[in-house]
Amino acid sequence: MRTIKAFAAMAVMLVIAACSSQQEAAAPATTTVTPGSIADFRQNVGDRVFFDTDMSNIREDGRQTLNRQAEWLKKYTNYQITIAGHCDERGTREYNLALGERRANAAKQYLVAQGIPAQRIQTISYGKERPDPVGSDEAAWARNRRAVTELQ
Amino acid sequence: MMLHRRSTILGGAALAAGAAAAPAHAQLTIDMTRPTFEPVPIAIVDFAGDRVGADIANVVRNDLQNSGLFRSIPPSSFIQRDVNAGTPPRFPDWRQIGAAGVVVGQVSQAGGNIKVDFRLWDVVVGNQAAGLSFTSQPANWRRLAHIIADAIYKRVTGEEGYFDTRIAYVAESGPGNARVKRIAIMDQDGANNRYITDGRTIAITPRFSPTLQEIVYMAYAEDRSPPRVYLQNVDSGRRELLGNFPGMSFAPRFSPDGTKVVMSISENGQSDIYEMDVRGRALRRLTNTPAIDTSPCYSNDGTQIVFNSDRGGAQQLYVMSAGGGGERRISFGDGRYATPVWSPRGDWIAFTKITGGSFGIGVMRPDGGGERMLASGFLVEGPTWAPNGRVLAFFRQQPSSAGRAGSVTLHQVDITGRFERQIPTPGDASDPAWSPLIPQ
Repeated sequence: MRTIKAFAAMAVMLVIAACSSQQEAAAPATTTVTPGSIADFRQNVGDRVFFDTDMSNIREDGRQTLNRQAEWLKKYTNYQITIAGHCDERGTREYNLALGERRANAAKQYLVAQGIPAQRIQTISYGKERPDPVGSDEAAWARNRRAVTELQ
Repeated sequence: MMLHRRSTILGGAALAAGAAAAPAHAQLTIDMTRPTFEPVPIAIVDFAGDRVGADIANVVRNDLQNSGLFRSIPPSSFIQRDVNAGTPPRFPDWRQIGAAGVVVGQVSQAGGNIKVDFRLWDVVVGNQAAGLSFTSQPANWRRLAHIIADAIYKRVTGEEGYFDTRIAYVAESGPGNARVKRIAIMDQDGANNRYITDGRTIAITPRFSPTLQEIVYMAYAEDRSPPRVYLQNVDSGRRELLGNFPGMSFAPRFSPDGTKVVMSISENGQSDIYEMDVRGRALRRLTNTPAIDTSPCYSNDGTQIVFNSDRGGAQQLYVMSAGGGGERRISFGDGRYATPVWSPRGDWIAFTKITGGSFGIGVMRPDGGGERMLASGFLVEGPTWAPNGRVLAFFRQQPSSAGRAGSVTLHQVDITGRFERQIPTPGDASDPAWSPLIPQ
């Protein structure tokens, strides 16, 4: 079983590599991203999921990202994971610390349900203390309501 | 500038009065129960006897003027120029410039200390309204000025003052996405500002112990471990973790008697309120729900706690017994309520309210009635009470633009919603916490 899985994984990797190459061919300015690298995770998997105002449930778009994350993390098991939960600036400081923690925990529980061991994942909340991007419009706020999977 | 350890202020010795009689105009009194009143015009003469006397008078003028309840008459318009602390002023000269009261003072040396005498003269009635004498180390001259301003405030309004206090806050700097946040303490008028954390990690939400000797706050670690509550001695700078929980601890506040700290502790995404004994470190859980329970604040008598919870669906205010139990919701208006703080007089709870896209600072009675707003804006947050329960401080944040964070500033406002003014800080500032009156 394990061997077949490995071959399948390799096949997937080659396909991904091929796709990347095609993309690279289309955009000659980009640099090669090593599969299994943190850059690979960020660019090709997506390191963050987003939330609605005051909510911490994983949306459909978040599920897709987290599914990709889970697959990638099962393949590359050498990383420890910290999920950082964040909020937009339209809330109060202490409540947002708690809400950020809820969001980080929701993303963690989803990954655990996909088979990532809980011990691999730490959570941390930054509340509204670390905006990214800095901005005071709906577009910026929507991107700030996030849980970011960081790899060490 | 260092805060002074165990500074001694010897004072309150009353000075005997002189007497005279005269007709009336602006009175040397304010009826605080009336909804509106005119500021009391008051003349404060530079204190004689030492150069610091002019500085002391200036601090007193600013304290009284900035409260909004007094109008300090510019010294350039004084007619009598030879008034001294020992004899009554020429009352007609002061009536003529519209003063209801005249403050005269004297500074003298007493061993290695300074002795400051002041008298408040009632121009309308024509006699002495107050007279006190204080002695302390010369470096404490600002505190003496604030104590004198408090004495004048009390004599005129009938209420305790708030000038001999400090404000702890978060000094902010740097770009919006990599903000440096360090705890600072200053006198309530902005003087003697100093930093008590080094800014290597974010430190937020500082609160004083009742004796002002300690501060609790939340700070991040330099690694990825969750942020936690710290207890720090203000003078020595020595700090320690308050409890060592696997998850995040935050939103700390001292009990009115200083023996406990109430805070939120987060576990698996659930945030509940706990109480910790400061000396013995015994921990007691006060709430246990899947909701977010945070921002706890004791009532002034220590028997109840008001807190912020979304157990009903959105952020609202609840009151429970200080030992936990008996939770009842008190906020019912249109919007989200947060950051509740109980007045030191027990009669109001101040809060942050978010309605639609707008933020406001408001007060309500502890049963939830009488809600009214004191300030509003794009982002106003985090009220804190001055110890007399009449004045509040909070912070204002402007919207960011072009990727740059908007300015963040501290403001004070009267409980009537009037006399809002910015409290000066060296840079951007948020999360103010007003101390009790400094122990003498």
